[in-house]
Amino acid sequence: MTAAHQAYLLQARQMQALSFAVHIPLVCFGIAFPAMVLFAESLYLRTGDVLYRTLARRWTRIMAALFAVGVITGTILSFEMGLLWPQFTSTFGSVFGLGFAIEGFSFFMEAIFIGIYVYGWDRLSPRAHFLSGVPIVISGMTGSLMVIAVNAWMNHPTGFTLVGGQATDVHPLKALFDNSFLWPELTHMYIAGYIVAGFLVAGAYAIGRLRGKWGRYERTALAIPLTIAALASPVQVLVGDWAARDVAAQQPIKLAALEGLARTTKGAPEHLLGWYSGEKVEYGVEIPKLLSLLAYHDPNATVAGLDTVPTDRQPPVNVVRIAFQAMVGIGTLLALLGVWLLAVRIRRKRLPESPWFYRAVALAGPAALVALIAGWVTTEVGRQPWVVYRVMLTSQAVTGAGGIVVGYATLALVYLGVACATAWILRRLARAPMDEHEDEPPPLSPATATAP
Amino acid sequence: MHLYEIPLIFVLVGLALYVVLGGADFGAGFWQLLAGRGRMGERIRDHAHEAMAPVWEANHVWLIFVLTVTWTAYPGAFAAIASTLSIPLFVAAVGIIMRGASYALRAGAATAGERRRVDLAFALSSVLTPFALGTVVGAIAARRVPVGNAAGHLFSSWLNPTAIMVGVLAVAMSAYLAAVFMAGDARRVHAAGGCDDDLVAALRARALAAGAISGAVAVAGLVVLHGNAHFLYARLLEGGALAAVTVSALAGLATLELVRRSRFELARYGAALAVAAVIAGWALAQRPLLLEGLTVQQAAAPHDTLVLVVVAVLGGAAILFPSLALLFRLVLAGRLDHGPGDGDAARPLAATASVLAASRAGLLGRAAAACLLTGFGFLTVAEAGWAHAIGIVALLAFLPCGFLAVAPAQLADLEREQRAGGAGER
Repeated sequence: MTAAHQAYLLQARQMQALSFAVHIPLVCFGIAFPAMVLFAESLYLRTGDVLYRTLARRWTRIMAALFAVGVITGTILSFEMGLLWPQFTSTFGSVFGLGFAIEGFSFFMEAIFIGIYVYGWDRLSPRAHFLSGVPIVISGMTGSLMVIAVNAWMNHPTGFTLVGGQATDVHPLKALFDNSFLWPELTHMYIAGYIVAGFLVAGAYAIGRLRGKWGRYERTALAIPLTIAALASPVQVLVGDWAARDVAAQQPIKLAALEGLARTTKGAPEHLLGWYSGEKVEYGVEIPKLLSLLAYHDPNATVAGLDTVPTDRQPPVNVVRIAFQAMVGIGTLLALLGVWLLAVRIRRKRLPESPWFYRAVALAGPAALVALIAGWVTTEVGRQPWVVYRVMLTSQAVTGAGGIVVGYATLALVYLGVACATAWILRRLARAPMDEHEDEPPPLSPATATAP
Repeated sequence: MHLYEIPLIFVLVGLALYVVLGGADFGAGFWQLLAGRGRMGERIRDHAHEAMAPVWEANHVWLIFVLTVTWTAYPGAFAAIASTLSIPLFVAAVGIIMRGASYALRAGAATAGERRRVDLAFALSSVLTPFALGTVVGAIAARRVPVGNAAGHLFSSWLNPTAIMVGVLAVAMSAYLAAVFMAGDARRVHAAGGCDDDLVAALRARALAAGAISGAVAVAGLVVLHGNAHFLYARLLEGGALAAVTVSALAGLATLELVRRSRFELARYGAALAVAAVIAGWALAQRPLLLEGLTVQQAAAPHDTLVLVVVAVLGGAAILFPSLALLFRLVLAGRLDHGPGDGDAARPLAATASVLAASRAGLLGRAAAACLLTGFGFLTVAEAGWAHAIGIVALLAFLPCGFLAVAPAQLADLEREQRAGGAGER
């Protein structure tokens, strides 16, 4: 590695992290929002109640706006594969690239049917319109499968042999899909999409309720995403635990960094909070033997420490550890919030009435977003200094082209503008009056006769 | 034809489709920039937006297709191109961000002033992006991209006469394609009574002007190549490349005549043929080299990867093209237009309010609880891989079961019954 490479490396990593942090919340909406919109539309088709149609139409506009922003931020990520990491793509494109090529088709289907769905309201027959939304949900699923397959491969590379810096004996299918890392990571991300989108959408209506906007429309608009998020967040705790056990088995150094475990330890304790000093976790709450129990289902299991690799092969422990603890802490609180809703639903057969519940829901959206990004920091920074775990260093992957800092600054400014613009458009769409033409019941609709 | 060339053909087909479809999209922005202020200006800008809004995302994905297939099948060449040409690619990326954001923003722009500002950002980026992408193609054609990590010159690789000429040509052709497409679309809207005839006439005039300018740029381009990239010039004017260039020139002339006769639909296919022929000519002139000192064969990924790329693209195409055909059929038939519905308006399938029976909800609730317990047992407690598979399926089944058992719509209504007559009722 030349000195120039080293100078660019941190900028390139930060630029990649920025691009990723901007894109990933939009991915959550791409995964989960179409399903919510379709559910609202299906309620309308089943009951004929115009309220559900209004809801689905208003959500459609938000979905369309967020999808447009997701398209462009996702495109930037694919540009960066070459702009920032040409050596990574050059060496391993033949191994992982297929995943993105297939993802491209998913993206195609998503873009085609979102065009039909968004502009097809009132134009297609109700059944055709509803069906045109189904491919959006499916391609959201296949798209995340492909992208996560590539990321899982970076964390657990298989399906090739490296000879003289060249990938030979390449088996892309084995690399992408015959990978124990894929399934926990995919499930974890897919469910996270529903949690983040669910709590963010519900949070908007929770704030409305705290301000006194609480008609049947708002209650329905809150109940659909909130139910999804409330069911998904307890499940996420179990899936996260599964993913962590897989990390313990495949990436012991990442686990050691997550837990700040300096030395290989038999019956390793778990530390909550605190700070890793380079030797041990200071000021943390120690729970004896818990780490061994969680990671290997055995309180006396031996857990590998950071000392099993040289210092320059260790990830930045505090970044990874704090991100991990933030994700786990927030995830647990979100699961409790979900259980709160479910408990009230089962016992009282209604929505909770405490304003504290709605305050918590309003906070849950942003908190879920923080947990999402913290989770990606955990897995991506936790993999450092490797871009392909134990095969290629991130410093070997970076571009030799100068001026990354200029690109980074430009992109940061542009994304700031995009963020402001997106916030503006969402506020504008939320304020759009309820009784526009589109929200009127269509002429001769049976709903007009049955509406109260 | 060798296996290692097939993905390249896919890339070139994708590129041609991107130039034709995405190009029309960029060109729409170009005409927004030149639309002027008055009433006609506003109508052109609105029409440019409405003609493209349902399809731009799908058109844009061709670029993603080109990128992903290239980096999978020719990873070394992709890395060399992206690192040496990082500046024009980054400029194109910023342009793409601004364009996409403009589409999102225009949906919320309420006044003509707001729309004009959004359109300006859209229009500027619509010129910038095809120009930058054109210089990338030009730089590759001019053999300014050596193999390696940023091995070429960061500026002169794409700021040279050949690359700039291709960039300008890309903008001119985009404008031409867009004008033809928009004129055809305006005539369709006009036939449906949605606009008057002078919009069609204005767009037709623009199409003729842009077509003539594109042709002039293409001819001037040959002169530039003669001086700046003589090897390419020589190869373009021999063998299969010459045939392709000739086809392109003839198709271009025929298209102009078709536009003059207001045969916009046929003209679009003619223009597409002209573009595809240029790209084919370029590919034939460059064969067998992909980059300077790198043949297609040397650049190609290992055999297994190539086979899988071909299978994936063919399989993907089998799903993609029917879907694209559906989208374009709906757009061209005006089924996705703005404005009030046409009587085929959405009507619910069933009018009776169906409330989940209590017993069914209870059953679903118990099923959900069983799934959750099964999932916990097999995923969290058990160790074996097969047990995890059962566990995760059970947990994923818990989500829809639980959702239906909770019945959020009913939940929102239950509250209404309990607080009957509550404030804020719609």
